[in-house]
Amino acid sequence: MSESNASATRITPGNALRPEDIAASDARPTADVAEYALWLGDDSLILAQRLGWWISRAPELEEDVALANIGLDLLGHARSFLTYAGHASGRTEDDLAYFRREPEFRSAHLFEQPNGDFARTIARQFVVSHYQWELYSHLVHSSDATLAAIAAKAVKEVDYHRDHSAQWILRLALGTDESRRRMEAGLKLTWPYVGELFTDYAPVDALGDAAVRPSSLQAAFDAAVGTALSEAELEVPSVPQAVGGGRQGRHSEHLGYILAEMQVLAREHPGASW
Amino acid sequence: MTGGSTTGDDGATAPSTGLQEKRQGWPLWEVFVRSSRGLSHVHAGSLHAPDADMAVRNARDLYTRRNEGVSLWVVPSSSIITSDPDAKEQFFESPQGKDYRHATYYTKSEGVKHL
Repeated sequence: MSESNASATRITPGNALRPEDIAASDARPTADVAEYALWLGDDSLILAQRLGWWISRAPELEEDVALANIGLDLLGHARSFLTYAGHASGRTEDDLAYFRREPEFRSAHLFEQPNGDFARTIARQFVVSHYQWELYSHLVHSSDATLAAIAAKAVKEVDYHRDHSAQWILRLALGTDESRRRMEAGLKLTWPYVGELFTDYAPVDALGDAAVRPSSLQAAFDAAVGTALSEAELEVPSVPQAVGGGRQGRHSEHLGYILAEMQVLAREHPGASW
Repeated sequence: MTGGSTTGDDGATAPSTGLQEKRQGWPLWEVFVRSSRGLSHVHAGSLHAPDADMAVRNARDLYTRRNEGVSLWVVPSSSIITSDPDAKEQFFESPQGKDYRHATYYTKSEGVKHL
């Protein structure tokens, strides 16, 4: 490892931080920071796995690559967060991704929601990327240097995800009657899971300046999402909120199937590499 | 993303299957990537996109994902006027034998230094 990789704290927002750099660094998170990193990492990991399904199935080859790129960006963020989280307990990113059981995952329910049709996937991505953009825009100022460095890399990528989904919402909403019907249905199916993203938890409050309070992001999220939807002549769906519980390891029926597929190879062949 | 066809979005001819009909809604675009400051944009390939805004985004996703570029142009394929492949002789053979069009054809004058 070169000297510039010796510590994650050396990474500036201008440099891409790699999971390998974090693995090699001696920055150790506290147990609480590790738990928070796990939340952020699991969100991105589960959605990356979901988006991977679209490869070879998207409406057009160009969109196939676009969704795969977004999934790979998210997987990169997940690797960084999980690598850092694992530092607290001597575990690797693979230990955390492949050898935890369902109740040990901390992702919010939105991320495990089914892909549905293309419009539903876009609706989910629209919410996720606006949420993550607000989150990472604040997390770059975290008092934890590694979290700040991961956010600095992620925020630029998420900015593009935001644009990608907003462009599609415009086209689907203002396209044909059928595309508009599907876009509205996709948003309606997605919105019950928005509330969980902005629910505060005592462990995060205890982290102070290291973390970002979820509720502090809601106003900016609502404003940005409202503007983008009104440009597409859509309204924020008025639907009851789901119960949530992902941060405590209580998941919907979907996560088990995702994990079964994601983890089977590593569990059947422990230590396999290529 | 296709090979070199530049027939693009004319959509004028031929009864087609459902798939082809769908394709006609997404015109073809040519993509030019500039790899760094000071170099010119170079043709990288083509892609399908519903409109110009999506074309430049698709170009970003398809042609710059390995750090290839700092700038992108997309042009509707139908806007590109090509030379006639059957007219190579009239178009391109004329310069052959006209070596005097190259600077190296001329001998340097003795009095000129630093050339």
